Amino acid sequence: MYRQKYLFLLPGLLVLVAIILFPLLFTIRVSFSSWDVYNPGLNWIGGENYGRLWEDARYWQALGRLTLLSVTTVLIQYVLGFALALMVWRDLAARRLFRVLFLIPMMTTPVVMSVLWRTIFHESLGPLNPILESLGIGAAPWLSSAGWAFAAVVMVEVWQWTPFMFLLLLAGLLSLPNEPYLAAKIDGAGPVRTFFSVTFPMLGAISVGAILIRLIEASKIMETVYVLTSGGPGTSTETSSYYIYIRGMRDFQIGYSAALSLTYLIIMIVALTVIAKLLVRALVKDAA
Amino acid sequence: MKTLYLALKYLAIALWSAFVVFPFLWALTTSFKSANGVTGGATWIPWVQYEPSLQGWQSLFGGVGGINVVKPFYNSLVVTLSASVISITLGTLAAYALSRFTFRFLWMRNSDITFFFISQRIMPPIVLAIPFFLMLRSLGLLDSLPGLILVYVALLMPIAVWVMVDFFNGVPRGLDEMAWMDGCNPIITFWRVILPNALPGLVVAGMFCIIFGWNDFFFAFTLTFTETQLLPVAIVSLNSSVTPWWSLSAAALVSIAPLVVLAFVVERFLSKGGLAGAVR
Repeated sequence: MYRQKYLFLLPGLLVLVAIILFPLLFTIRVSFSSWDVYNPGLNWIGGENYGRLWEDARYWQALGRLTLLSVTTVLIQYVLGFALALMVWRDLAARRLFRVLFLIPMMTTPVVMSVLWRTIFHESLGPLNPILESLGIGAAPWLSSAGWAFAAVVMVEVWQWTPFMFLLLLAGLLSLPNEPYLAAKIDGAGPVRTFFSVTFPMLGAISVGAILIRLIEASKIMETVYVLTSGGPGTSTETSSYYIYIRGMRDFQIGYSAALSLTYLIIMIVALTVIAKLLVRALVKDAA
Repeated sequence: MKTLYLALKYLAIALWSAFVVFPFLWALTTSFKSANGVTGGATWIPWVQYEPSLQGWQSLFGGVGGINVVKPFYNSLVVTLSASVISITLGTLAAYALSRFTFRFLWMRNSDITFFFISQRIMPPIVLAIPFFLMLRSLGLLDSLPGLILVYVALLMPIAVWVMVDFFNGVPRGLDEMAWMDGCNPIITFWRVILPNALPGLVVAGMFCIIFGWNDFFFAFTLTFTETQLLPVAIVSLNSSVTPWWSLSAAALVSIAPLVVLAFVVERFLSKGGLAGAVR
């Protein structure tokens, strides 16, 4: 009814379309070319890059590893974040101080923290192994063996992003109404029962939101890997983004990396949509 | 039973607190070491376990084995703040429109347009990096502050729209309608009536934009060389096998400090219930 409404919407929309649309269309076109160091330019080679991608075992392994890494870290973050939020929700001395403290890691620059973590994981000079030894657990080859390097990446991700889960879930907890808890008390429900029949269901929607946001962000992970392990040892911590980075920005196979990144993007969109649908069905009561 | 539960709870909180604080303490103590202090193994207590030195902190202003963080700090500040202000301005306007008016472009309705904005967060940076590189090169904006600001606007605007659409949906429509009936057009209504009431939303949006802008690494890394290094890029450039850990730690602490302050702001909002609407 008001023509001015376009004045509000269009500046933002057009700027975003202009900045995003060109790269996307360009990537689609480049993925059908053999643009590399020797032959920079847009020729047409049909679906050759996509055929090569199909047989690129390293790409599919990176994707599998990314899936494992994202699901593991997000699950740990969710469980820990929920537990921490419940603990500082009420009945705790100095709870506001702990809230601030638990939020701090998500404010820090991930890549800068990764640089610090790398010194912490250092096998002879870092502080982590001496601590583990004094606890009787023993030193670990943190960044030089495949399994430990993967664990190191998980640990850094958990440190960095559990606070995000904590923030969303605590905000949810603090906005809960009091009546259901009174009702549960009158019915004589214990704390465990109250949690599973009152608190958890009421945080269903927020849980889905928090898990999805973290899964989206985790699916893009590469900075931590780049700094901490450079994908190594071997390719044991290489994720999709990092593999595409190697092909595109290091080997300069622009055409092939464009095909890789488009496939990656489509797989991510499909997978996240399916996961979103499943999570909503499982955790949000009203949708059933 | 009750005591056991309480003991376990405080133990869990103590353990997690230690885990959170651990890297910061390590960085703090390392920043006061010299080469001897670092190669002496993992020590924590100055004077007792190692001889403290100010080498790391002095190297922040240039010097052997360190980096001058003054210029990268300034660059990061300019890029983050400019991109945040532009994103929030454009994003708030768009969010207001999406929350109050109905739009139809072809098959797209309001919810589709909102989703288009927010869905940009799904895009992995690596997909955009090479086209951005070529785009900025052809515009002559590679390795420049305006080029980075342009890219960061695309990165941050989805966040601003996401927070503000949600916020405006919570502001009663009666407010607008009253102003319209008094004869204000939408622009004046927005400026005089809505914006002053939107301050809490703007603060939350601003916070998120600043966090994501300040903490981004990948675009700053791929789209600049030496002229306009941002702070994270400058710090990562120190990350080699012969890293001077003392300079690294001091620089890392300087780059993290400004945002740690934000944790206090976020907590204030959280405990007052101001975030409940914004994070839905």
